[in-house]
Amino acid sequence: MSKYLLNKFLYTVDRDPSLVERYRSDAAGTVSWWEQEMANQLLNCAVAEKSTWLEFTDEERRALREHDHVALFGLGAHPFLTLTLFIAMFERDHGPLEYQKAYGRALQHHALPYPDIAT
Amino acid sequence: MAIVAAVIASTHHPFYYRASTATGADRPPFADAWVAKIEAFRETLTKARPDLLVMVGSDHFHQLWLDNMPQFLVGKAPYFDANWYNEEREFGLPRMRLAGDEQLAGHILRNGLDAGFDLAFSNELRIDHSITCPIITLRPEADLPIVPIYTNIFAPPLPRPGRFVELGRTIRQLVESWPIDKRVAIIGTGHLSLELGGPRQFGAHGPDPEFDRKAVDWIASGDLEGCLAEVTLDSLHLPGNATHGFMDFMLMMGVAGAGAKADHVDSLDLFHTMEAYFTWYPNGVPA
Repeated sequence: MSKYLLNKFLYTVDRDPSLVERYRSDAAGTVSWWEQEMANQLLNCAVAEKSTWLEFTDEERRALREHDHVALFGLGAHPFLTLTLFIAMFERDHGPLEYQKAYGRALQHHALPYPDIAT
Repeated sequence: MAIVAAVIASTHHPFYYRASTATGADRPPFADAWVAKIEAFRETLTKARPDLLVMVGSDHFHQLWLDNMPQFLVGKAPYFDANWYNEEREFGLPRMRLAGDEQLAGHILRNGLDAGFDLAFSNELRIDHSITCPIITLRPEADLPIVPIYTNIFAPPLPRPGRFVELGRTIRQLVESWPIDKRVAIIGTGHLSLELGGPRQFGAHGPDPEFDRKAVDWIASGDLEGCLAEVTLDSLHLPGNATHGFMDFMLMMGVAGAGAKADHVDSLDLFHTMEAYFTWYPNGVPA
């Protein structure tokens, strides 16, 4: 499991307005591009200084490609990051708080303890 | 010597700014009652006549990230820009700039290190709504210099609750040992029960009203012993998956001191989470 990398994807996309729109409209393409070009980029370093070992598992890649926030929760992605990004992408398609409430309902099968989010 | 003019603990609700400034059909039905409570809360700071503010909050994955995550961090800079694109996007928060007090920040860092807290520091920190929300509610003029102190309530492994209380006690001692004749308000924000990105989010009330009731009682009465006896890193998962932010309230109980009854206590039951506001005057209620 690479919870850190899932979080890194959510974090870097959420903070970039153009990436938020790109991920909304082309999830599979954005995930493929991001894993190839961005996953190993150290965020506070020059571009040439890259890590060499970060990649998604098949299930993580699938969850991101399918905007599957329920699966992301199950995989231990940080819930704040997932929620913030998904609100940015999809709240606009719904009435006030409709999206947030439906998002919670989709997770109702999760009882305590929730999946561990420690990285 | 510096005087602690007020100790203030508050929730930091990012929806307040938009709710309080909305008009007409956009104004939520609870806005007027909320504004009235905030204005009464604001008066508790105003009458303390502070010269500067120590502001305890928690970065929400804005500048502090998992590749280099501090547990406790002090901002030491002449200015702090504030609020981030995704806070503007989701909450409508305005961009702000606050002055810093590098002298007090340096004092807290040097003497905090010597007191056993290996504090991280930042000389270029963009602060987020955990600190700007209480500026908006308590000091909307944003005219006082600040020393921001960030805690990690967000990215496990976290320090334990007792460590937050100890840091609060230490911050109080550090401010009171600052050899400058200034009136300092120490303000910190956290959460009561809260769920973010989980099945219990955005309900009609906070996810655990019973926890909220107990929490308000602990804080209002300064019952650190009772609070520490019940609250652990594990127990905080039960009231809601973002309830570890309650540890910043515990830090502020440490600042106020064991057994210190709050001079102002208020709360507001909203959808999603309960608001709570507390003020202590360690040197007496100002006239």
